[in-house]
Amino acid sequence: MTDELAIDVRDLRMGYGPVEAVRGVSFTVRAGEVFAVLGPNGAGKTTTIEHLEGFKERVGGEVRVLGEDPHSASRAWRGRIGVVLQQSSIEAELTVRELVELYAGYHAHPLPVAEALALSGLSDLGDRRGGRLSGGQQRRVDVALALIGDPDLVFLDEPTTGFDPAARRATWEMIEGLTGLGKTIVLTTHYLEEAERLADRIAVIAAGQIVASGTPATLGARDRGGSIISFTPPPGAAVPGAWTPDGAKLVATTPEPLRVLADLAAWGLAQGIELGDLEVRGRSLEDVYLDLVSEPA
Amino acid sequence: MTGLRLYAHQTRFDLLTFSRNRPALFFTVLLPVIFLVIFATVFGHDTVDVGGHKIEQTAYYVPSLMALAITSAALQSLVFAVVSQRERGILKRRRATPVPAAALIAGRSLTAVTVSFANFVVLALIGWVAYGVDLPGRTLPATLVAVAVGAASLCCVGYAFSTFVRTEESATPILQATILPLYFISGIFVPDDTVPGWLSSVADVFPIRHLGKALQQAYDPATTGAGFAWGHLGILAAWGAAGLVVAARRFKWTPQGR
Repeated sequence: MTDELAIDVRDLRMGYGPVEAVRGVSFTVRAGEVFAVLGPNGAGKTTTIEHLEGFKERVGGEVRVLGEDPHSASRAWRGRIGVVLQQSSIEAELTVRELVELYAGYHAHPLPVAEALALSGLSDLGDRRGGRLSGGQQRRVDVALALIGDPDLVFLDEPTTGFDPAARRATWEMIEGLTGLGKTIVLTTHYLEEAERLADRIAVIAAGQIVASGTPATLGARDRGGSIISFTPPPGAAVPGAWTPDGAKLVATTPEPLRVLADLAAWGLAQGIELGDLEVRGRSLEDVYLDLVSEPA
Repeated sequence: MTGLRLYAHQTRFDLLTFSRNRPALFFTVLLPVIFLVIFATVFGHDTVDVGGHKIEQTAYYVPSLMALAITSAALQSLVFAVVSQRERGILKRRRATPVPAAALIAGRSLTAVTVSFANFVVLALIGWVAYGVDLPGRTLPATLVAVAVGAASLCCVGYAFSTFVRTEESATPILQATILPLYFISGIFVPDDTVPGWLSSVADVFPIRHLGKALQQAYDPATTGAGFAWGHLGILAAWGAAGLVVAARRFKWTPQGR
């Protein structure tokens, strides 16, 4: 099962000329995997995902989602995917339970309504009207409506954008619960923490191209990218070596932290200077990400 | 679910949605009743000249306001619901499921037709009980056919209309600007005999006057026979067919205004 490809995208191109939003994107997602597409706003994340969901047309490339071309996919195929759109309201007049019942009727083999409500953390909100839900609660209804058809593959387009930290954590726990059911999940996000916590693999997309992909631990050669050394120099001190100012601090990224530190220590001891806030750390996902999306693609 | 069960399922939830939408209920069900009470109070015992003979004002306004109530249920409410659901991403979400487009369209249209018949019953009862306006049993089949053809045709026109409205905010002003003048020149608010001939000719192009005429004919005590207004029903059906063609070519499931 895990060797099977849920998604196979080769050289996907969307839009023309100056509005070419996706410029040759290729990636695969294995069945049962959680795959995150990470990137700044306007990078082409949603455009790509909406093609995989069957909404937007491509200009070029080959795309297979659950074995079918999403552009000409069958009704049965729609029953195998669950979609949480980036922006969508819910019917304000219907209760949460009625809404889930409505969508259950669209599918050949829906989950029991109570189970979909429980999976999305809505068991206590079944009788509340859609118009009286908070943003976080509405997002959970979005998820319940995506799950009611018991899909094999779930798309989550920016599932926590605009959430407060507590609602974000609750949503993460809910998504982690879905992975336990063996579902393949594709999520887009511009929150690094979200991708790092949820995803098995991450693709970073910038200006319509994938600039890096890998596991959260190895993305962008994070594990081989060297260390970051930073400290606040005493006023007027001429520190030897290649340092970049960052506010009051000097910063250097180096694959040889021991050699740089030895030189720095030798200089400090000779001058009688101590560096009280000296810090040495590995590159965080955020460092990697900011490097990746700031490089010209 | 598939087939007819799915159609019934969608219609049930669309009717539930409509019945809980207070603005829609007010404008579609209550406002025509308020108009009837006002017109009957103001013009109570006057008569209207209809095709060379005189009838009571109330016998004129009951069918006229039925035409207004059907237009409200089948055209205005439907356009507003479709544009609102499209712009809010509700239609888009539904399109990401296996539900066939025909079930969604049928569900909302059957809702409009059902509400149209409810409006017909309410206005007929109030007309009969409060103002003594009889609906002759002889012309009842013709009346029911006029309600059905009018509602179904205006649903099709509504789906076409919705494709020209890009945002939820602009739906109401565009609808009012289009339909309100038609009520005045189509013999709905103002009896036909006071509207200049050239203006009536303009109104004749649009469906509302024909729906009004078909219902007025069924209510007219001077009508002989079954009262089917085939000419008017034919023009209504033609509008419906044209609406279907335009809607099929232009209809979009995804938000257009942003």
